[in-house]
Amino acid sequence: MTQVIATTPGLFPLPDWAKDELADLKGHQKTDLISGDESGEVVAAYDEAREEVIAVQQDAGLDRVVEGQLRWDDMLAHPLAVHDSVETKGIVRYYDNNNFYREPVVQGDLSADGGDVAADLGAAAEHVDDGLQAVLPGPYSLADLATDEHYGDDAAFLDAIADFLVEEVNAFPDVETLFLLEPSLVENTPADGEDERAAEAIDAIASAADAEVVAHTYWGAIEEKAYAHLMDADVDAIGFDLVANHDQTVYNVQEYGTKDDVALGVVDGQNTLVESPETIRDRIDWFEQQTNTAYDTVYATANTETFYLPVNKFEDKLEALANAADLETAEA
Amino acid sequence: MTGPRDQFKPADHPNDHFLLTTVVGSYPKPKWHDRARELFEDEDADFGEDEWEESKDDASRLITHEHERAGLDVICDGEMRRNEMVEYFAHRIDGYEFNGRVKVWGHNYFDKPSVADEVEYGEQWLVEEFEFTDEVAERPVKVPITGPYTLANWSFNEVYDNEEQLAYELADLVNEEIEALVEAGARYIQIDEPALATTPDDHAIVGECLERIVDEIPDDVRLGLHVCYGDYSRIYPEILDYPVHEYDLELANGDYDQLDVFKEHEFTKDFAMGVLDAHTAEVESVEEIKENIKKGLEVVPPERLTVSPDCGVKLLPREVARGKMENMVQAAREIEEELDAGEIDIVASGTQAHADD
Repeated sequence: MTQVIATTPGLFPLPDWAKDELADLKGHQKTDLISGDESGEVVAAYDEAREEVIAVQQDAGLDRVVEGQLRWDDMLAHPLAVHDSVETKGIVRYYDNNNFYREPVVQGDLSADGGDVAADLGAAAEHVDDGLQAVLPGPYSLADLATDEHYGDDAAFLDAIADFLVEEVNAFPDVETLFLLEPSLVENTPADGEDERAAEAIDAIASAADAEVVAHTYWGAIEEKAYAHLMDADVDAIGFDLVANHDQTVYNVQEYGTKDDVALGVVDGQNTLVESPETIRDRIDWFEQQTNTAYDTVYATANTETFYLPVNKFEDKLEALANAADLETAEA
Repeated sequence: MTGPRDQFKPADHPNDHFLLTTVVGSYPKPKWHDRARELFEDEDADFGEDEWEESKDDASRLITHEHERAGLDVICDGEMRRNEMVEYFAHRIDGYEFNGRVKVWGHNYFDKPSVADEVEYGEQWLVEEFEFTDEVAERPVKVPITGPYTLANWSFNEVYDNEEQLAYELADLVNEEIEALVEAGARYIQIDEPALATTPDDHAIVGECLERIVDEIPDDVRLGLHVCYGDYSRIYPEILDYPVHEYDLELANGDYDQLDVFKEHEFTKDFAMGVLDAHTAEVESVEEIKENIKKGLEVVPPERLTVSPDCGVKLLPREVARGKMENMVQAAREIEEELDAGEIDIVASGTQAHADD
């Protein structure tokens, strides 16, 4: 029987009080964004906000609880944006959204100075007894969002990014699950050779993690050949965005199969319309029927990060996901 | 179709040539007007609807006259009654609701509205703003209005199958509003579509929206389209097919690095070119602005060139905005004099160049 686990890809909206307080403490300009050496007041505000969003997830009844990535001013580029060997430059568009991040330009060796993500996760672990989930940008997406001025070669740069993320994973506290977010696999289809290297980089991180690892893709379906390579990575599940494109996804799975577990983006992280638990459940059932498979575990998740949403709708969506997972149990 | 333009030339215009000078829309709000809004939104303050209306009227009158004193040919009230270019309209359209702020970047947020029910024309949008401004103004008044594509693209869509369908529904409402504005006497409407610059592949959707917007609008009403901060090569020359008379484009910000885009294919409509950077708090000199205006003359002849800032100037300090307007008008008048005197070689096609006479 399929176990449905309700979770999210993290990168939550800040609680409204924290939007105001942190804007006052930090400022509104690009030079005011997170640097990794915040003042005590800023750290305290983030600690309080983190506790709050952990409680929101626990109250909603999610099966996996994330740290929230509230400090990630630069979204998925964050782990590089706070790195000593990286300079943040101008504000650039974040994928095809009306959102912007600072372009991280890698100017030195990435092997030292990790641990920023692990530290936040450690702070979260104090409030989470079980079900803690880590979130990281996938290596291909992180390389795609950054500019390399140090390694001078795409393959070497991707390797260095992967090594950097492995170091981060090695510093993690105990986590149940790791979501590696790889929207660039969809948004910027890897070229020949690059697709294989992307899969190897994901594999390296998955091998380092003592947790269930999900490589989650979104904003559409991954291109066929890149998907075939991704299947070679030793992850526990691949994540699909059923909101943006379900037909191509079903085709990929019919054609190339998928892992024993699967993550399904069944809730729209970029629209305020709140899906009912029944709708969520229907989408999961539809996918299982279309791919003619009973999965061991289905991670029911928002398709994208959720910082695009106002707080009230974000919270409603977490509840809907949790209730959808319970609905399945009730019917069993 | 180059549009009914002569109606905007002042009777006492000093030169034979006429470069229409105008603004894009927003202007810095007087500090006391910002304070009045804070008081109006503060439940504990003794500041009600009447006081807030009075503040809006006063600010509108003040900035309308400030534009006239700067010498602009076509003015507006600097959008003193509006807060933001999507929120303002979403508050007036039935079907929209607000749920809270969302991140744009860093700690900059936007109260992004949701379309939670079918959109319908609710209360008036801009007719009262126009009537007041037109009453206090001696110069002709332009009405900037956010276009349906941007209204759709910068909202959450909970109801319609796709953004395109929502944009068309909103286009019908914009058409209704423009009809009411024309009925009230408006003769110059500018449709703002900044979202087109970020999603250039949708230019056909914007075109269809505009077809709906202009339906049954009289020929003597001048229609402009404002687009800013994008890669124009991805929408030009396709946008020339839109049923508008004028394109108002930001170019000073990029130091005219995209000007060649408009020279590769003949610019067959009126060109409202940004000659002032809306995001530098330094007043450009008259000489500098004159050089910018001459770049416009490389694209269209003088009778089809409109001179305006890149974009709304609401983020500038007010004295800087005023200085920019004054210098812009002076620069335009000096160029007209030089054109009259045959001192400028005009390179744009379709021109009766004095130098060749």
